[in-house]
Amino acid sequence: MQRLEVRFKQIPMPELPVKERIRTFNEVSLGYAEEQALAEAARCLQCENPLCVQMCPLRMDVLGVVRLIRLGGYREAAERARERNCLPSICGRVCPQEVLCVMGCRNTLGDPINIGGLERFVADWELERGGNMPEAAPATGKSVAVVGSGPAGLSAATELARMGHHVVVFEALHEAGGVLTYGIPEFRVPKKVVKQEVDYVGKLGVEIRTNVVVGKTITMDELFEGGFDSVFLGSGAGLPRLLGVPGENLCGVYSLNEFLIRINLMRAYRFPHMSRTPVKVQGKVAILGARGLDAARCALRLGAEEVTIFYQQKVVGRADEIRRGAEEGVKFQPLTKPLRLVGDEKGWVKQVELARLEPSAKFLYDAGTAVIANKHIPNTLAAKNTARSIEIAKSGTIVVNPETLVTSDEGIFAGGDVASGAASVIKAIEAGKRAAHSINKYLLK
Amino acid sequence: MGLKIMENEIVFKEMLAPEIKLIKVRAPFVAKKARSGQFVILRASEGDERIPLTLIDWDPREGTVTLVVKEVGASTKRLGALEVGGRVRDLVGPLGNPGEIRSYGKVCVIGRGVAIAAAYERARKFREARNGVTVIISARTAGLLIYREELEKISDKFYVATDDGSEGVKGYANDILKNLLDSGERFGLVYAVGAATLMRNISKVTKPYDIRTIVSLNSLMVDGTGLCGCCRVTVGGSPMFTCVDGPEFDAHLVDFEEFRARIHTYDQEEKIAHQLAEGNCRCKG
Repeated sequence: MQRLEVRFKQIPMPELPVKERIRTFNEVSLGYAEEQALAEAARCLQCENPLCVQMCPLRMDVLGVVRLIRLGGYREAAERARERNCLPSICGRVCPQEVLCVMGCRNTLGDPINIGGLERFVADWELERGGNMPEAAPATGKSVAVVGSGPAGLSAATELARMGHHVVVFEALHEAGGVLTYGIPEFRVPKKVVKQEVDYVGKLGVEIRTNVVVGKTITMDELFEGGFDSVFLGSGAGLPRLLGVPGENLCGVYSLNEFLIRINLMRAYRFPHMSRTPVKVQGKVAILGARGLDAARCALRLGAEEVTIFYQQKVVGRADEIRRGAEEGVKFQPLTKPLRLVGDEKGWVKQVELARLEPSAKFLYDAGTAVIANKHIPNTLAAKNTARSIEIAKSGTIVVNPETLVTSDEGIFAGGDVASGAASVIKAIEAGKRAAHSINKYLLK
Repeated sequence: MGLKIMENEIVFKEMLAPEIKLIKVRAPFVAKKARSGQFVILRASEGDERIPLTLIDWDPREGTVTLVVKEVGASTKRLGALEVGGRVRDLVGPLGNPGEIRSYGKVCVIGRGVAIAAAYERARKFREARNGVTVIISARTAGLLIYREELEKISDKFYVATDDGSEGVKGYANDILKNLLDSGERFGLVYAVGAATLMRNISKVTKPYDIRTIVSLNSLMVDGTGLCGCCRVTVGGSPMFTCVDGPEFDAHLVDFEEFRARIHTYDQEEKIAHQLAEGNCRCKG
């Protein structure tokens, strides 16, 4: 009986208890211990024609990784994961596996395999203990500038470095990682893990220069003059889109990015002792938009009386995080739309007026803090402040050839959210990789 | 590699007034690109805020930028405490758009407090662009009137106001400007930089005379590159980001009430951080 149940059920991922979670920013998902990973890996049927691999945008060798875990070859398993996925510890944590690899799992004997959990287990194992660095191809003498150190940039840099090109990544903020650093909260991806992954890219010989805004500090033209042979634009979609309703500039109203940047990049949850950047969460918190799940969970941890996400159709987020958010006390109000924000005499937000779409009605929500969580706009500063002509679509994305990711300038490539519009970490990694291969072809032409 | 180590090093420091310090920082890339009206963002050390500071001067050959900082909170205090040879942890720029500088005939440049440094920079540029330059500076008290002699030297007409009357006129810069305009003086442009109240009052004075008036807004910022929107302000009815659309705007279009409210968002927290920095924190930690 015992054995049968183990095979049927997924080994549950250990998590911080809800009570503890909402008082800290510590990671919620604790990761499998060795014996748990082994038990979970044992459930895999090792299909002959694995759909899980097909469903992964990176075609990570899930089968091989699981097989190596079973054999106890964790370092080898991590190396296998890294062959196709340069950020396994991140993907294991943030990918919506339920609509990717796990959706392809054909374990007819019960629950699908927790592929993300296993991926994370081996990647963390390797980052903790150190792995073998892959051998780089002989130096080609070519150099590539990568704009942005988020998932797309890190992925392109990794691939290009492995091909033997000299790569310099330029990051506008003071810390590398892009959205992994400023956007995704510590309780989902600890900064330590991001730093380890960034350091890994550095060990491949990639130089990462923070505090450089391409388009301001240095233009792409100057990069080419300075000896770079090609540029990859991976600057993401990080510009906030406001609501366009009255009252959104009241005090206490944040864009999603401002709220998350204060908390994640500037560590406002450690104010005033370890960080001197504050964030203000008071009373009830209204999250206005489908992309506000992370912000909602941050607000709870910062002492909000109540947090409600108001959205129209569907909250954006992986299934596990939506479940965890609900467990922690986030309230969800679908089919609602903000009409205006109402302020007090001092200019602080005190209420939000919303429309319920079905049945049609208007109502007020008392809020001391509000966060506008709309879809973000691509950051095309580098592509605009240059003498070269880079076509930008009406939607704000950089126009690229969908196969090669080359822009309207043959030496400049773009991928990730800046070219696709706000999407996902794994799609950005895939695009960075694909662009790297196109750049390689272009350089060796 | 060598260049990188030298970057962000403080090569010169001077106390301009109590709690107002001038620092010259090695930042060759910024110095090469800098234009009048732009700013940089810096962090003195790990855990500090990102502080936006207007570029006061820059030398592309020497590879340095000059900044003036007023120690108002915990993070600015730590920046002010750095000595020559020390390094600023992070410095990024130049950010924002350059200001418009051309020949307007006669211009009036107004600065208050620490922002007199920015007024001095702009007054020089207006002078170089062959403008007649009238300067009005103001501060709480005489000891805070920085660049007093320098400004007097480069201006055609020069006025001083202090809140306490310790030097010049007892009162405000807007009173002086109003008197000038009422008595028939005219300017092609008025440029004002300083506290929100000053900029609002100057805007009110010039509006009936329909004189083009530019203000440099000191909105709260975090990243300074358009990511966060913390610095948003309504200008002419539309939302603008001070960091990427400004920092200089047509004063007659700025919603100063909103601007003033927003820059005071964290006054309470500032106080807490400041007390902690001074060692007066009563909490454990």
